[in-house]
Amino acid sequence: MREIQAGKIAETVARLCMEANYDLGEDVLKAFKEGLKAEESPAGQDIFKQLQENARIAAEERVPMCQDTGVAVVFLELGQDVHVVGGNLVDAINEGVRKGYGEGYLRKSMVAQPIGDRKNTGDNTPAVIHTEVVPGDKMKITIAPKGAGSENMSGVRMLAPAVGVEGVKKFVLERVKEAGSNPCPPIVIGVGIGGTMEKAALIAKRALLRPIGQHSKFPEVAALETELLEKVNKLGIGPQGLGGRVTALWVNVEVYPCHIASLPVAININCHASRHKEAVL
Amino acid sequence: MAEKRITTPLTDSLIRSLKSGDRVLITGTIYTGRDAAHKRLTDLLKAGRQLPVDLRGQIIYYVGPAPAKPGQAIGSAGPTTSYRMDSYTPALLEYGLKGMVGKGSRNKEAREAMVKYGAVYFAAVGGAGALIAKSIKKARIVAYEDLGAEAIHEFTVEDFPCIVVNDVYGNDLYEEGVKQYQRA
Repeated sequence: MREIQAGKIAETVARLCMEANYDLGEDVLKAFKEGLKAEESPAGQDIFKQLQENARIAAEERVPMCQDTGVAVVFLELGQDVHVVGGNLVDAINEGVRKGYGEGYLRKSMVAQPIGDRKNTGDNTPAVIHTEVVPGDKMKITIAPKGAGSENMSGVRMLAPAVGVEGVKKFVLERVKEAGSNPCPPIVIGVGIGGTMEKAALIAKRALLRPIGQHSKFPEVAALETELLEKVNKLGIGPQGLGGRVTALWVNVEVYPCHIASLPVAININCHASRHKEAVL
Repeated sequence: MAEKRITTPLTDSLIRSLKSGDRVLITGTIYTGRDAAHKRLTDLLKAGRQLPVDLRGQIIYYVGPAPAKPGQAIGSAGPTTSYRMDSYTPALLEYGLKGMVGKGSRNKEAREAMVKYGAVYFAAVGGAGALIAKSIKKARIVAYEDLGAEAIHEFTVEDFPCIVVNDVYGNDLYEEGVKQYQRA
């Protein structure tokens, strides 16, 4: 059994909240460069340049790249031989969110009651935490701040197995088309296929953590990723929805076994600020 | 593409000169407002009461800025998605609001109200909040301070960059742009 101090967890979460909002990943910056080359629309090219400039300012001046600094979504891989000491794990994560969003001048976007008075909690807590217990004595913390503009365009559908992969493609393309200019294209698309309703949604979100440019290890899934990206980019939505060739920078698909009678599919959309930072304790 | 420098408040002749697709740099005073502030403003209009800020001839920017760091006028301040304000828009345009800045397409009712009352909708680049904040020189809260980031701020802007999406002639840049690049 290895001990990890709750205070260390809080400190790490605080740092990751800030870094995720200030420093866009190398994979996204590379995708901007390639997108600028591929984009034919003059307005679209101009938007890519503005996004590059925006990322530079955010990183250099340590300010958030977007004012919607999001819900603090936390993916936790908790080694089964880890013992958290000096406090409660969930409290430590929320303490880290409070500190990171406060000291980092990040926007507080959480309301306590989804219906009713929708009063802001004032410190961006609580985080949304997904925990997976894994072998080992380490703890991997990933922070993926999620803005509402793109999150609101997500969806899940329980398809009949008879519609097969064609039904999956149709659903994804319909959602992206319907989302149009709203989720701040160029977008990154996470698709979860299989499992149950909530499992499909969760793996769709987890798919967004896989770097842009890295395909699924399953050849048929990788082929689906390529095909979906091609089809999405034929929709013509383009950067910011003003028309263009580059609607999506990348599509990541994750799969999971499912019931003989089910074909759940979920799509989770990320805006171009495809943010996530991780640390291992 | 034409780039036009405009100043607030917006006059009717200026509004008529703006065409869908025009790149615009706004200088002057603009007001912020999003979901919660829109609800309060339109509730006041419904009750026939005065608004806390005179928005006639003015622009509302749909934004909930990040807090300012020491030395900054305002934190990152890019546009939020506009469709959430669609249901409040006709009443505000009837009252005399002349411009809106946001991102994403508007519904039919909001677009028709722009033609009817002579108002324009501009898009700023969503997710370019750090860059956009550079054109906001001063910021102060003028109403609904209790709403935090959703309070109505008055921004003094210089060359605030955006693009005309919906003009008073019923054009829509999103529809036209996508049509141009769509491949069956």
